Amino acid sequence: MASTHAEGTRRDFLYLATGTVGAVGVVSAIWPFISQLGPDASTRAAGAPIEVDLAQVPEGQSITLKWRGQPIFVRHRTAQEIADAKADDSKSLPDPEKDIDRTGKFNNTAQSKWIIVQGSCTHLGCVPVKNSGDYNGWYCPCHGSHYDNSGRIRKGPAPKNLVVPEFAFLTENSIRISGTRSAA
Amino acid sequence: MQGHSTYVPKSSAAKWLEARLPIIGLMHSSFVSYPTPKNLNYFWTFGGILMVMLVVQIISGIVLAMHYTPHVDMAFQSVEHIMRDVNHGWLIRYLHMNGASMFFIAVYLHIFRGLYYGSYKAPREVLWILGVVILLLMMATAFMGYVLPWGQMSLWGAVVITNLFSAIPLVGETIVTWLWGGFAVDNPTLNRFFSLHYLLPFMIFGVVILHVWALHVVGQNNPTGVEVKNLKKDTVPFTPYATVKDAFAMVCFFVMFAYFVFFHPNYLGHADNYIMADALKTPAHIVPEWYFLPFYAILRSIPDKLGGVVMMGAAIVILAFLPWLDTSRIRSGSYRPTFRIFFWVFVFVCVLLGWVGSQDTARAVMKFGDQTVLTMVGLGQILTAYYFGHFLVILPLLGLFEKPGSLPASIAESVLGGGYGTPVGAAASPEHKG
Repeated sequence: MASTHAEGTRRDFLYLATGTVGAVGVVSAIWPFISQLGPDASTRAAGAPIEVDLAQVPEGQSITLKWRGQPIFVRHRTAQEIADAKADDSKSLPDPEKDIDRTGKFNNTAQSKWIIVQGSCTHLGCVPVKNSGDYNGWYCPCHGSHYDNSGRIRKGPAPKNLVVPEFAFLTENSIRISGTRSAA
Repeated sequence: MQGHSTYVPKSSAAKWLEARLPIIGLMHSSFVSYPTPKNLNYFWTFGGILMVMLVVQIISGIVLAMHYTPHVDMAFQSVEHIMRDVNHGWLIRYLHMNGASMFFIAVYLHIFRGLYYGSYKAPREVLWILGVVILLLMMATAFMGYVLPWGQMSLWGAVVITNLFSAIPLVGETIVTWLWGGFAVDNPTLNRFFSLHYLLPFMIFGVVILHVWALHVVGQNNPTGVEVKNLKKDTVPFTPYATVKDAFAMVCFFVMFAYFVFFHPNYLGHADNYIMADALKTPAHIVPEWYFLPFYAILRSIPDKLGGVVMMGAAIVILAFLPWLDTSRIRSGSYRPTFRIFFWVFVFVCVLLGWVGSQDTARAVMKFGDQTVLTMVGLGQILTAYYFGHFLVILPLLGLFEKPGSLPASIAESVLGGGYGTPVGAAASPEHKG
């Protein structure tokens, strides 16, 4: 009987309609179960931007902030350290980046003395130790990655430089950190 | 194996149930009349030991969950509460903690048994692959369980392992955020790990049922690797023969287990995990639990992040392909003189990889004057190359070039005749008392 209806029978329609509604239903039911894995509203709210007063950090010192569950390093570099970092711009680096591009793109000595990075190693996320390693910057105790004072990877298994978060200078001595970035 | 169900219900209640759900018959044919090769040695007792360990872990784990709080502010204290306040809490926690190590000791012996006697070869490929699935589930379960006490090693182990996924191109970062449920390993991560740590053992239990099912379809391998030819001559019933032998091995295994629990409960752990998790400070020397060390050594020996992660995963997954990588038609290593040498070299390499995984990467292994000739990373690279070479080069070629020894005609002959002599006790018949 069905073969005489070239345009399809009522049964064909039922099959298609049931299958379509079922498939849409399954996909819409799965989505909430995947989406709940992501950061919830309270986690996102706790990750709101913060302002940091830089005046508290004397030259040659650094502070560690905890933001979004992970450390942020703020380092006040000496003139010598800035000179070293700039001198290394021309060396062969695993993840080439100029020092000036990492200090907020401010071509101004007053601000390029600040290096602000996310304190998690781009290898597997351990917290690097300050003022150590072969390049006078940070050293990761987990798998031996050495970073220079600009947070650039110099030696070891980490593939990328320490990540510079999204931030902007509000005044000469205060910044606002608004977002983390991923290393990739 | 065919033709071994001899169960006939006797009581009217058993007849009534058997006609509706033949579960007693299934248990009887699986654990009583099931024919086992009569030449099995003690390496065949680890399957039973593993099953008991799984039950020990599930029971002690369910009890611990009644006293534990999966929240970053309370998890560490709740574990201390279990240790100090809960009646016998210290014992139950130490059982669970050391039980994980015992589980891995037994599973690694079980795997090496299979590797030596060629238990992965046809027709046991599916049985073997199910075993690899169980191993992967065990590793995931053990890793998540280690995070729950929320000590320094818990947190940083979780950070390092979840960050492995960030090496995946394009979707890596998204996957990591979904694993974390936030911007870093934090409370949502601990919560979901607790939930999954409770779930996975039951999934292992399910796969174990499939593993035993597959075993009972194809029958057990045995030290000669020769298939059962005559059920009457080559096999003995599972009960009492295998049950009693398994029970004896289990008691010996549990004596060792008890030794660790009562005398060295923290020997296999790390002191750093008794320091509460601190997201701002990574311990100076982080290492995983001993059972992950060989794989950790492989991860660290590859200088590329993605490459290291891929090789570490491949080190386990390659086992699933073993039935097709080993080209020899002889199962048992007892009749493969050349394979036997390579087998023991492989065992040595695995143990050495474990040691390398526990050491500082920059440490010098070999020095020539003041010059470091070989660092720990370098040694790890050599061993990693050998590990993969064993599966990808040695085993495929060995099957083609090796001249095997002569196999016994049957299991019965290997036990009773053919120049082996009659073993002492072969005449004993434990099914008859006295």
